[in-house]
Amino acid sequence: MSGVPARITYREACRQAIRAAILADPRVFLMGEDVGRYGGCYAVTKGLLEELGEERIRDTPLSESAFVGAGIGAAMAGMRPIVEVMTCNFSLLALDQIVNNAATIPHMSGGQFAVPLVLRMATGAGRQLAAQHSHSLEGWFAHIPGLRILAPATVEDARHMLAPALADPNPVLIFEHIMLYNMEGELDPAVQGVDIAKARIRRPGRDVTLITYGGSLFKTLAAADALAVEGIQAEVIDLRVLRPLDTATIIESITRTRRVVIVDEGWRSGSLSAEVAMRIVEEAFFELDAPIRRVCSREVPIPYAAHLEQAALPQAEAIAAAARGLVRPAR
Amino acid sequence: MTAKVHLDRAHGVHLLREMLRIRRFEEKCAELYQAQKIRGFLHLYDGQEAVAVGVMQALGPQDAVVGTYREHGQAIARGIPMGPLMAEMFGKVEGCCRGRGGSMHIFDRQRRFIGGNAIVGAGLPLALGLALANRMQGRKAMIACFFGEGAADEGEFHESMNLASLWRLPVLFVCENNLYSMGTPVGIAEAETAIWQKAAAYRMGGEAVDGMDPVAVEVAARRAVERIREDGVPWLLECRTYRFRAHSMFDAQLYRTKEEVESWRKRDPINRLREWLEKAGHLHPADLERIEADVVAEIAEAVAFAEAGSPEPVEELERFVTMDEVPQ
Amino acid sequence: MPSLGADMEAGTLVEWKVAPGDRVRRGDIVAVVETQKGAIEIEIFEAGVVRELAVAPGSRVPVGALLALVGTEGAMQTPAPAAVAPIGPQPAVSLPSASPPPAPQPLAGARPLRTTPAARRRAGALGIALDGLRGTGVDGAICLADLPAGAPPRRGGFDPLGMRKAIAAAMGRSKREIPHYYLSQTVDLAPALERIERLNAGRSPPERLLPAAIMLRAAALAVAETPELNGFWGEDGFRPGDGVHVGWAVALRGGGLVAPAIRHADRMPLDALMTAMRDLVARARGGGLRGSELTDATITVTSLGDRGAESVLPIIHPPQVAILGFGRIVERPWVVGGTVVPRRVATLTLAGDHRASDGHRGGLLLARIDALLQRPETL
Repeated sequence: MSGVPARITYREACRQAIRAAILADPRVFLMGEDVGRYGGCYAVTKGLLEELGEERIRDTPLSESAFVGAGIGAAMAGMRPIVEVMTCNFSLLALDQIVNNAATIPHMSGGQFAVPLVLRMATGAGRQLAAQHSHSLEGWFAHIPGLRILAPATVEDARHMLAPALADPNPVLIFEHIMLYNMEGELDPAVQGVDIAKARIRRPGRDVTLITYGGSLFKTLAAADALAVEGIQAEVIDLRVLRPLDTATIIESITRTRRVVIVDEGWRSGSLSAEVAMRIVEEAFFELDAPIRRVCSREVPIPYAAHLEQAALPQAEAIAAAARGLVRPAR
Repeated sequence: MTAKVHLDRAHGVHLLREMLRIRRFEEKCAELYQAQKIRGFLHLYDGQEAVAVGVMQALGPQDAVVGTYREHGQAIARGIPMGPLMAEMFGKVEGCCRGRGGSMHIFDRQRRFIGGNAIVGAGLPLALGLALANRMQGRKAMIACFFGEGAADEGEFHESMNLASLWRLPVLFVCENNLYSMGTPVGIAEAETAIWQKAAAYRMGGEAVDGMDPVAVEVAARRAVERIREDGVPWLLECRTYRFRAHSMFDAQLYRTKEEVESWRKRDPINRLREWLEKAGHLHPADLERIEADVVAEIAEAVAFAEAGSPEPVEELERFVTMDEVPQ
Repeated sequence: MPSLGADMEAGTLVEWKVAPGDRVRRGDIVAVVETQKGAIEIEIFEAGVVRELAVAPGSRVPVGALLALVGTEGAMQTPAPAAVAPIGPQPAVSLPSASPPPAPQPLAGARPLRTTPAARRRAGALGIALDGLRGTGVDGAICLADLPAGAPPRRGGFDPLGMRKAIAAAMGRSKREIPHYYLSQTVDLAPALERIERLNAGRSPPERLLPAAIMLRAAALAVAETPELNGFWGEDGFRPGDGVHVGWAVALRGGGLVAPAIRHADRMPLDALMTAMRDLVARARGGGLRGSELTDATITVTSLGDRGAESVLPIIHPPQVAILGFGRIVERPWVVGGTVVPRRVATLTLAGDHRASDGHRGGLLLARIDALLQRPETL
C-alpha cells in the first residue's frame, strides 16, 4: 500500500477489511448467502472466493437461523466467524439465534463461554427496494445487552472497524447502510485502526448538536453545511457505536451547544433516537436551552415508488429546518 | 472403538447406577422444588434416563454435548458432578453457571457440555457450528445434539439437518421422542411421526431405537458414532421414550390418561435393566442396596454443598453480560 | 448597521428579534449583531412598525448599511410610552421557587410561562426573577439569552482574539492621532472612605458601597463643570457630550476590557451609581451589553482596584478626549496640620487630548475632584 491517501468506495473498504482479516488469522472465515460465487448481494465479497477458497468463503443455503447459529457455535469453539446476513430484514429469521443464544450464553453460562462472532448486515433504504429490504432495524438490536452494535458511516470505519470487532470477545453486529456502498472516500494509509467504543465529532459547531449515524451522516453533514451559510454552526456527532452508547461525547457536546437534533433512519416510536434523547434528558436536562428534536423515518413500511420512499426518509432539508427552529425560533 | 457392546456385569451395573443417579437426583429435585429450594421451571427426565445414559457411553471426552432444557439427565450422564448442578438450581455462586442459568441452562466447559437450551430447536444450529469449528481446526471430535420431537416442528430442524448433511458435519442428532411437546401429542404436530425417517430427505443416515432400553440406545449410538467418525457425516438417532412425570412441576396432565402413563411405567428402563441383571445373576440384592446407598449419599452431599453455598453478590449482576476475554 | 465603536467597520447579523409587522418602541431590542467584541444586542431608537427586514441572518453588513425599514406612520395613534415597558404577557412566577409551573393564563393571547431547563437553573443560581422577561426561545420559552445579567453570550461566546484586535486598533489609532498630556495628583481619601464606612454599617455585602463609587461620583460631578474634557474629537473639531456619560472600564475574565457608559453619571446618587456599576460589570462579563452602551461614553474612567498599581497613565479611547485613571488606595505618610500621620491616599491621573484642551483645564478638573472628595458629605 502506498503512503498516499487512496480514494476508494465504502464497498471496497468492506472487502479489504474482510480479506485482510481472513489473511491475518486462520480462525477467521466468512459465511453467508451468496457471499462466494455470486460475490455478495451488494458485491462486497466479489473475488474473495477465488482468492481465498471455499473453506474460508462459504456460501450457505437460505437458512439464516442455521448459519447464524452455526457461526455462534463455531465462535464458541474457537473460530472467529464473520457471518453475513444479506439485509437486516432477513436477520429476523435469525433473531432467535442472535438474541436467545449469542447475547445470552456468556452470562447464562456464568462466563464459561464467550461468543466472539461478527455479524455483518446491510441496512437502510434509498434504492427502491420496498418494505422487505429497506428497513433500519439496528435500533432493535441496540436494545439487547450482550451485543455490540456498530454503524460504520465512513470509508475509514468500514475499512477498520472489522478488526477490532473480530478481536472483541463478544458478538458484534455491523450495520452497513446500502446507500454508502458506492460512496467514495479517502483512506489514509497512516490510519492503521479505529476504536469501536467512541462516537466521533465529524464537524464541530457551537449552536446546535446534530446526532446521527450510518446512512444519515452525510445528509446531516449536508444540513450542517446549509446551516453554516445562514450563520448557524452545527456540531455533527457520528455515533458509530450504537451499543454501548458513548453517552459522554453526546453530553459533552450538548453542554456546549445546549440544543440537539437526533437524526435516525429508524422509525421514531421506541427507536434508538428515543434512547439517545432519554439519555440526554437523564444526564443533561439542566444543560438544555431548547426542546430535543428528532428527524426520523415516517412511520410507514418503506414504499417502492421513489418519491414516496424519499418522502419517508430523513432528508437534509428537514434536518436543517429542525436545527434552525431550535436556534432561531420563529415567533 | 467398536459398535459392539459387551454387556458384562461391570458395564451392566454401570448403566444401572448411572440411571439410578439421575432418577434419585431428580426425585430429590422435585422434593426440593416443593420445599421452594428450587424455583423457576423444573423439567424432570424421569423415564428417559436410558437415552442420555446410552448415548453418553458412545462419546469420548473430546466430543461435545448440546443439551435441551430437560437436561439434568444429560448433564449427570456426561459426568457433571451433582454438587455444582444442585447449587446451580439453588441459585448459588457455587453452581456450574454461578446461579445465572438454573435448571434449564446447565453449562460445563470442562466436560464440553454446551448448554441446556430452553428455546426448542435453538441448539441444533449451535451444534453445526461446534462441528464446523472442530473440522476447520482439524480436531477429530463430534457433537451429540439432543432435542425433543417438538424441535422437529421448528424450521431450525430443517435448516440444520440440511446444512449438516450438505457440509458433512460430524453431528449425532439425538431426538428424544417422548410423544408430547408439553401437552401436544406428536400425532397432531408432525405429519410424519417417525422422526428418523426425515433423515432420508437430507440424504442422511438415521434409525429409531427403543429409548426405554439403555443397551439398545448404547448399541445404536455406538453404531452411529462409528459411522460419523468414519465418514464425517451426520446421523439422526430417534430414541422412542416417555416421561413419567408431568412436563414441568405445574402441569395437571390433562392431555394424557393415567392408564397410558401406567403402561409406559411398566417399561421403566431402570426396572427392566435391574431385572435383566438380576436374572443374569449380575446383580444381587445387596449390590443394589449398596448402589442405592451410594447414590443417596452422593445426593445428600450435593444438597449439603448447595445449601452451604453462597449467593452471588448483587454487585456481580452484570458480570459476563459482556466478556473481557475469550475463556481458553 | 449601527456603529458600535470607532473601530467597527462591519457586523454580522446573528438574529432578528422582530418580524415584519411587529410594533416596536424606542429601546426595544430588534436584532443581535456579532462583532469582534462579541454578540451585541441592537436597540431601536424610533417607535413604529417593522416594514421590512433587509438583511438575512448570517450576513456581514458594513456600518451604515440598511438593516430594516421601520414605518412611523401617523396611523399609530398610541404615543410611545416614556419608559420602556416589558412587552408580552406578564409571567406569573419567579425563580428561585419550588412552586409548580403556573397553569396557562386564561387571558386571550396570553401564553404560559415557559423557561428552558438551562435558563431556569442559571436564573436560580443568580437569583434572577423571571417576571417580566420576554422569552425568545422555542415556543416563546425564556432561554439563556433572555436572562438580563450573568448569562454568558448566547452564541459565539467571548472571542478573545477578536477583542484583542479591537483593542489593538483603537489604542493604536489613539497613540498615532491623539497628542496626550498627563497630569497627576495624589488625593487624601480618608474623609471619603470614612463616609463610605459609615454608610456601609449594617449593610449586607451585596449592598455595600465600594470606594470606586464615591471616587466616580466626585469625578462625574467635576467633569460636568469641565465641558472641554467631556465629548468627542471629530473632523469638525471638538463636539461636547450631551451629558456626562462615564465609560466605566471593566476587565473581562477571558482577557481584554470594555468601557460601557453609565449615562448621566453626574445626576446619579451614590447608591444608584453603585448599582449601575455592578450591573454593568455583570452584563459586560455576561455578554448582555447594549450597543448604545458601547458608543455613548463621553469620557472614560478606569480604576485599578485594590490589587492594581499605584498609578496609571491611561490612553484615551477615541473619539473621546479624556480619560481618568484611579490608582490603588495605599497608606502613606501624610502631613496634616504640621504632623506626619498615616493616611489612605490614591493617585489620580488625567490623560487629555491636547487638540481639545490644555493642561490648565486638566489641572482644574483634578483639583475639583480632590476638593469634592474632601467634603464627602456633599457626594
